[in-house]
Amino acid sequence: MFAAIAVRSLRDHANRRRCGNAAFWGLLAISFLVGSEIGDLANGLLVLALTALGSSAMGLGSPRTTSPAAREACARVRGDVIFMPALLIPAIAIAGTLTLAKIRMHGAPIVDPRQVTLIALALGIVVALIVAMLRFRPPALAPVEEGRRLADAIGWAIILPQLLASLGAVFAVSGVGAAVGHIATTWLPLGHPFAAVLAYCIGMALFTMVMGNAFAAFPVMTAAIGMPLIVHRFGGDPAIMGAVGMLSGYCGTLATPMAANYNIVPAALLELPDRNGVIRVQIPTAIPLLVCNIVLMYLLVFRF
Amino acid sequence: MSAWPLLGIVVLVAGFAAGVNPLIVIIASALTTGLAAGLSPLHLIAALGKAYNDSRYVSVIWLVLPVIGLLEREGLQERARTLITRVRAATAGRLLLAYLALRQITVAIGLTSLCGQAQTVRPLIAPMAEAAAQVRMGPISDRVRYLIRAYAASADNVGAFFGEDIFIAVSSILLIKGVLQQSGLDIAPLRLSVWAIPTALMAFTIHGLRLWRLDVRLKRLARETPP
Repeated sequence: MFAAIAVRSLRDHANRRRCGNAAFWGLLAISFLVGSEIGDLANGLLVLALTALGSSAMGLGSPRTTSPAAREACARVRGDVIFMPALLIPAIAIAGTLTLAKIRMHGAPIVDPRQVTLIALALGIVVALIVAMLRFRPPALAPVEEGRRLADAIGWAIILPQLLASLGAVFAVSGVGAAVGHIATTWLPLGHPFAAVLAYCIGMALFTMVMGNAFAAFPVMTAAIGMPLIVHRFGGDPAIMGAVGMLSGYCGTLATPMAANYNIVPAALLELPDRNGVIRVQIPTAIPLLVCNIVLMYLLVFRF
Repeated sequence: MSAWPLLGIVVLVAGFAAGVNPLIVIIASALTTGLAAGLSPLHLIAALGKAYNDSRYVSVIWLVLPVIGLLEREGLQERARTLITRVRAATAGRLLLAYLALRQITVAIGLTSLCGQAQTVRPLIAPMAEAAAQVRMGPISDRVRYLIRAYAASADNVGAFFGEDIFIAVSSILLIKGVLQQSGLDIAPLRLSVWAIPTALMAFTIHGLRLWRLDVRLKRLARETPP
């Protein structure tokens, strides 16, 4: 898909930055096609190239698409049938998740059970595309052009989720987690149970904001403060600590640009001029919720 | 234990605060952290590449772009707007509140892919909310429009985050269990799910209240910024 978008981008003479776009989508295509064959170093260089291109060399293409007036007319003519392909995607994704793992051929499952949801989702998308093409009969290149339109609108943000995962790995290899835990326990006054709860929840939220996801923060914070202090020293219930602690991390996820696929990518998808528009709207929920979480944990964790 | 790798975090925060392109900030932070921890540049770049390649599954959702684009070409958003204008009780705020509930409940019973930013919010929920606002207030300015869209995205996020841990077979529950197991504690996933419920309700209350009052805020903004 990205290869097709790359080729069409190159042929879009109305875009002054078409080479930049084509190179970006082309590199992405390479990553998806032969990523596992080219080795770690090549992938690393690819990532650096994508970053360089994405931050400087991309522009908006102008694929041929229908005008708003034409779309209004189409919408009126087609009616609610237009929703069908869109609804097929989740329907097949769910059906696939429930059934595909159970189908076996020659004694082995046809689908890797750990990847069932993703495969079902992709299957749903492909089926929806075929149905849409058959039902609405657009020009043959329309899926690529429309895909290009949306991809260009989202732009470099498309690789943000993967890039953040890479950062997480580098952090892990460099011992960032251990360093944070060490600082937290050395410098914070944690003599009182409430202080421990406060440090744990706020620590979860802050570290999640830095890492972009609570999964990276949870093991570190739990090992540094949760287990030794809340559970062992003050006798708190580990299940409550774990559950409410993770959710405190999620309060941080609402407020950080590092959680790109939740905050930055939707801003690009919805074509908002302010990249942090979604975060701005979420912060007034995240802060009160974190406070409530801290109070909730303090009231419950030592009682069970 | 060295604290130098934390320099990478300083770079990260400073970069984002300065508004530098996130791609550059992330790579700069990765390079700083790795080098500060004493990794050789080649080793560092290879680690970056391996992690990037291993996380390709995260991008599977982009396959949906041609389909959604195609449907939009055929008038998907316009049809969504028409549909919502027929519902007379619909306002932007109430619609998004209903979506928050739908998202949180479907995620709590395990249907995480049913709705999402790319497959639901952009093509359906955001245009519907905009249309509902327009029905009530007439033509709306860009600022109002963007605020509605931001709230639409936020409804999806809050619903998904705080519905997720109620479902026991989800990766976050498994992670919590795994981490606690490493300290010798065997916690049943069901207990973790149950204790996720109070926070889930609080999240729905706090964000739901803000969505309920969104219409008032939109009206005020519309008065201040004519279309």
